[in-house]
Amino acid sequence: MRYAMVIDTLKCVGCSDCVVACQTENNVPIGYCRDWITESVSGTYPTLELELKSERCNHCSSAPCVRCCPTGASHIVEGGIVKVTANECIGCGACIESCPYDARYQHPEGHVDKCTFCHHRLEKGQLPACVSVCPTKCMYFGDLDDPTSEVSQLLKSRKHKVLAPEAGTKPNVYYLIK
Amino acid sequence: MQEEIFISGRNIPNIDPVLQVWHFPISLYLFLGGMAAGIIFFASLFTIMRKEKDFPTTVKGAMIVAVIAISIGLMALMYDLTHMFYAWQLYTTIRLESPMSWGAWVLLIVSILSFLWVFSYSTEIFPKWDWKFDWLKKFQAYLIKNRRTMAMVMLPLAVILGIYTGILLSAFNARPLWNNPILGPLFLTSGLSTGAAAIILFSKNHFEKHLLTQIDLALIILELGLIIHLLMGMAAGSAVQIEAMQVLVNGEFTVMFFVFVVILGLIFPATLEGAELMGFKVPSVVPALLILMGGLIFRMVMVEAGQITRYLY
Amino acid sequence: MVNSRRSFIKISALGASGIALTPLAFSSINESTLSENLLAEGTKNLKRTATYCEVCFWKCAAWAYTDEEGNVKKLVGNENDPHCNGRLCPRGTGGVGMYNDKDRLKTPLIRKTIDGKETFVEASWDEALDLVASKFKGIKKKYGAESLGLLKHGCPGAHFNHLFRSFGSETDAEPAYAQCRGPRETGFALTFGSWVGSPEPTDIRDTKCLVLIGSHIGENMHNSQIQEMSDAIDNGATIITVDPRLSTAASKSDYWLPIKPSTDIALLLAWMHVLIYEDIYDKDYVERYGLGFDELKEHVKDFTPEWAYGITTIKPDQIRKTARAMGAASPAVIIHPGRHVVWYGDDTQRARAMAILNGLLGSWGRRGGFYFKEKIKIPDFPHPPYPEPKWGWKELAAKYPLADMGITTELIRASIPNKDNKYQIKAWMVAGTNLIQSIPDTKLLLEAIDALEFLVVIDTMPMDITGYADVILPECTYLERCDILRSATNREPSIALRVAATTPKYNTKPGSWIAREIGLRLGLDEYYNYENLKEVIEWQLEQLGSSLEEMKKIGVKKFPRKSGSMYITEGEHHEFGTQSGKVEFYSAELEELGFDPMPVYKSHDHPEQGFYRLNYGRSPMHTFSRTINNPNLNDLMDENKLWVNPKVARIEGLKNEQEVWLENQDGVISEFPIKVRVTERIRWDSVYMYHGFGQHNKKLSRAYGKGACDTQLITKISTDPIMGGSAMRGNFVKFITNNPHKDIEV
Ligand SMILES: Nc1nc2c(c(=O)[nH]1)N[C@H]1C(S)=C(S)[C@@H](COP(=O)(O)OP(=O)(O)OC[C@H]3O[C@@H](n4cnc5c(=O)[nH]c(N)nc54)[C@H](O)[C@@H]3O)O[C@H]1N2
Ligand SMILES: Nc1nc2c(c(=O)[nH]1)N[C@H]1C(S)=C(S)[C@@H](COP(=O)(O)OP(=O)(O)OC[C@H]3O[C@@H](n4cnc5c(=O)[nH]c(N)nc54)[C@H](O)[C@@H]3O)O[C@H]1N2
Ligand code: SF4
Ligand code: SF4
Ligand code: SF4
Ligand code: SF4
Ligand code: SF4
Ligand SMILES: [Mo]
Repeated sequence: MRYAMVIDTLKCVGCSDCVVACQTENNVPIGYCRDWITESVSGTYPTLELELKSERCNHCSSAPCVRCCPTGASHIVEGGIVKVTANECIGCGACIESCPYDARYQHPEGHVDKCTFCHHRLEKGQLPACVSVCPTKCMYFGDLDDPTSEVSQLLKSRKHKVLAPEAGTKPNVYYLIK
Repeated sequence: MQEEIFISGRNIPNIDPVLQVWHFPISLYLFLGGMAAGIIFFASLFTIMRKEKDFPTTVKGAMIVAVIAISIGLMALMYDLTHMFYAWQLYTTIRLESPMSWGAWVLLIVSILSFLWVFSYSTEIFPKWDWKFDWLKKFQAYLIKNRRTMAMVMLPLAVILGIYTGILLSAFNARPLWNNPILGPLFLTSGLSTGAAAIILFSKNHFEKHLLTQIDLALIILELGLIIHLLMGMAAGSAVQIEAMQVLVNGEFTVMFFVFVVILGLIFPATLEGAELMGFKVPSVVPALLILMGGLIFRMVMVEAGQITRYLY
Repeated sequence: MVNSRRSFIKISALGASGIALTPLAFSSINESTLSENLLAEGTKNLKRTATYCEVCFWKCAAWAYTDEEGNVKKLVGNENDPHCNGRLCPRGTGGVGMYNDKDRLKTPLIRKTIDGKETFVEASWDEALDLVASKFKGIKKKYGAESLGLLKHGCPGAHFNHLFRSFGSETDAEPAYAQCRGPRETGFALTFGSWVGSPEPTDIRDTKCLVLIGSHIGENMHNSQIQEMSDAIDNGATIITVDPRLSTAASKSDYWLPIKPSTDIALLLAWMHVLIYEDIYDKDYVERYGLGFDELKEHVKDFTPEWAYGITTIKPDQIRKTARAMGAASPAVIIHPGRHVVWYGDDTQRARAMAILNGLLGSWGRRGGFYFKEKIKIPDFPHPPYPEPKWGWKELAAKYPLADMGITTELIRASIPNKDNKYQIKAWMVAGTNLIQSIPDTKLLLEAIDALEFLVVIDTMPMDITGYADVILPECTYLERCDILRSATNREPSIALRVAATTPKYNTKPGSWIAREIGLRLGLDEYYNYENLKEVIEWQLEQLGSSLEEMKKIGVKKFPRKSGSMYITEGEHHEFGTQSGKVEFYSAELEELGFDPMPVYKSHDHPEQGFYRLNYGRSPMHTFSRTINNPNLNDLMDENKLWVNPKVARIEGLKNEQEVWLENQDGVISEFPIKVRVTERIRWDSVYMYHGFGQHNKKLSRAYGKGACDTQLITKISTDPIMGGSAMRGNFVKFITNNPHKDIEV
């Protein structure tokens, strides 16, 4: 099983609902975020392209954050989800330095925190909070090892990209593009 | 025009707008670790070569400096942990993929060994000192007998420790400035050089000083070569690497890097050392202190500058 | 306003006990322990309560999740609700912040003068309510109950409306009409005989072509609308957006027409021209249901795309292509009526033009166009008939023949003593509207406020308007109260329940309780023949064949349609609600009233050299001014920025993130600076900012002074002569780079 998130940039409006939903679902303290929104504009008025993206930990298949963790606090669970065990984490920051996406942060309590793909919800058969709330329904979640899953199908039929592939981390969050 | 902005969610302390997760303590730790590795390297080497009599400061006084440096370095490292009370978790596992993990272990072993080393020399260094307990005295005698064995273990560990201070950074693909295989040898060279400088600083033995100055000069020339290699390598690299190089060559850290590290920390002291070797009268503390300063600033620059280089955004 | 009687109390002494402002970021953290945090992820036992969202007026039904201690932890949309389909928008999800905001109003406050200084003093509810009641009685005795004006918005409005009507006043208004959707309701009513209403009956999910005239869905986060737009994208619908700015919707569109501001009517006329003269309109529909098509045809004869090009700067072939795309999709096409449509003063006519286009395309009452909406009538709890007031909002709005609701600005004007005033207002109750931000022409507003004998404000937050009150009554948030049943128009009628998810924090009370307590003090017992609102709702639900028990479990109940099909069936005879029963391309009604029977393009002012048009709109994560201080939403966006085109930035020497002040055509200077965002998304003749920021009350620890306030700079208003809307888009600003307030500051 390999969990993946597929996000359709043609539909995302950058409303940040996914960011608040994550905060309230996961008790992320105000001032911190597990996911975030970027906007890129290119061209000259009125010939313009606008791309909005909801970003988070990519649960990389080749995760440098897990490799560099000295205690094993950063680890991989079933489905390829990269997680952090708070009371094994010493707060050395190595994993933060190692992530090309700056997807991790120091929780005010000292340990490192990041997106968990809402593992606790998946266990209950629910979708991640951000996916379940998105008003444009532009986020999809599922198993890439299952060729019939919605995410597999979407990646088969649509053009897509991942972020910073040159960093070599093999991300599992995909963006559908034009 | 190309515009890239965060709409929301990225105003996280120490992460945005640029990473500031590792601070001065980490630079200090890398510097002290490297310097200690240098001292231990020379002490072990001269001991293995049975030349300890010719290098009294190296094997005695400087090793005290090394032990102190390692202790301060470790404290600095602990200080920068945000979850300090869980630090013991470091020693519940060995993770070879994580430089931080094996580095912590090497550091632990090296610090124990160098402490024992200093202990073995304690009566020589402080002749009036008396270890009250018999077993301590016996233990000391045992250590003195096995110094060469200790040296043989410490020599490779010192090299590993020196390289580790570089690999700790270079293992991070995510920071283009760090992600360079030369960082290991470069930091090792710099560590050896600062170690030599530390010995010169304390040594009163002319021969010891002279030889270490020669070694140091050679190390500095090697270090300069490695730095040029590093920059050229990045200049020939991908766009992100070129951008990373710009931080040193034509950016925020250029003055720090060129003036304080390259000129005042390497070229100028090297010139002084050269002059000294050629017979001019130079107070040897001056180049030694400059080299130590340069070594520390070099690590500060690399740690800080590395964190502002990134792939995205 | 130096000698103002009722000066704005900036640093109000919110009582001696005034709860210290906690620095935001870490307040929530200290309370939780590590182990709690480790367990946080959903393992806690959360209880859910039915509610509907009050963060905007879409009123999405939701579940509020509370923990054992009664803290509201999260809000999730009700799956069964047609307003949200189980997904709240960011503001709804962040609604927890309304409840958690430590800056909330905490207890009743009364304005008193102490040592010559005006200040707010904490009061008990009895004290405050007795004072309000005695003032109301006094005004009624002296001037008549009609002299009491009610300015309201949102749910609290219903409770105070009943109070006012019972007391004999129908002098009310809300900014959601004259500052918002008024013109489109009139324009569509004139054409189709029906208001558009809220939620808009746009069949976006099934449309083949969605045309947005300025309407910036995606930033305007009205929930099911944005959800359906996303469906439309999936379905491959053609989206056409007319906007001088690259709105989010524009960026998702197949066609973005970057129109010169204020020229939309010209484009709309040219579209009609193409549809008619290329014969691609819905002939059957027009013939069967239309009235005045020939006049229209004649009217638009010369309004060619070439003609419109000169006005709108939209290329003729773009106009033709987009018209053909509409024609091809007809009748599954929507010329979206927009919502905040008070732009240039001829807004009813622009709405008419949009309605006429819909008529030509046959989209009203058609699948993929506009469906026939339906709603459930909630029975009134029995009470004696209301007394008949001698005058009310209607008389105040008499100047505007087609005003269908109270006109805020007229109510404001009537509050300024003037011998020409036929009707004089003496006191206001303001409930759930932050007039300082929502009403343009601040000078006039403050003049009126200053002249009032009494002003009571009911709010949840120390918003700008509260600073002018004589009495502030703190309402608890929507999460802490039971409220009226929601019934709204939709494909399927439905009702939704709101009961308290937790007990009110601080010394705050539900609006229904406040209204009733005032009513009892005014001797209106027979209008309050119940103990509390719950009793009313129980009765109403019983009448509707449901029960409180049932509703608590389901939150939303759908009812079968009774009015027939959502769409006109093929060839069906259909009576429209207009005077003629037809779709009126030509409006005899308007003609009789002395207005253009068909829309005409009239030129509007354009900025002079050095000035830029002040454009504004919605930020997707905020609702007007009300959410700016909300800790969760403020965390997403804590200030607005001024969008400036790179060309303008170059000419004016402006850099990204640089702070500037703005001065408008009337010399009004923004109180706070705003940071520049240099972006290609805005035209070179305009600047753009999100509405709602730049608030003045220091009690708002997060919102105070963050960003600039558009309202302050909107001093020039053109009033729509047909229905009284206040058009706000004709204001121009220039940049000031050095702090103009420096010498005033200490
Ligand atoms: N997130 C969020 N959503 C909301 C609200 C909120 O507060 N926050 N409020 C809700 C309410 S009550 C309302 S009324 C609606 C308002 O939402 P809309 O009806 O969509 O708002 P408008 O102000 O009509 O449209 C703003 C757009 O008009 C463009 N515009 C400006 N001038 C012109 C012009 O001359 N011609 C054209 N064609 N376009 C122009 C602007 O660039 C901007 O993109 O939003 C609703 N949705
Ligand atoms: N300059 C400018 N002016 C505008 C607009 C614009 O875009 N620009 N938009 C116009 C439009 S479209 C509209 S609809 C209006 C909206 O105008 P308003 O409805 O006045 O807008 P808000 O800023 O949301 O103010 C709502 C007030 O209600 C309070 N409130 C929130 N919840 C509750 C509650 O449960 N109980 C009580 N008692 N109070 C509560 C809030 O704290 C706030 O003070 O503004 C119009 N005015
Ligand atoms: S909630 Fe959906 S539409 Fe909104 S920003 Fe997130 S991904 Fe985009
Ligand atoms: S995105 Fe960063 S934190 Fe997440 S798995 Fe990849 S490297 Fe690790
Ligand atoms: S900060 Fe924590 S999770 Fe990250 S590498 Fe260090 S111990 Fe591992
Ligand atoms: S998957 Fe869960 S943890 Fe990750 S960003 Fe979405 S809501 Fe947050
Ligand atoms: S659209 Fe958003 S803010 Fe408005 S009622 Fe729905 S969830 Fe609440
Ligand atoms: Mo509105």
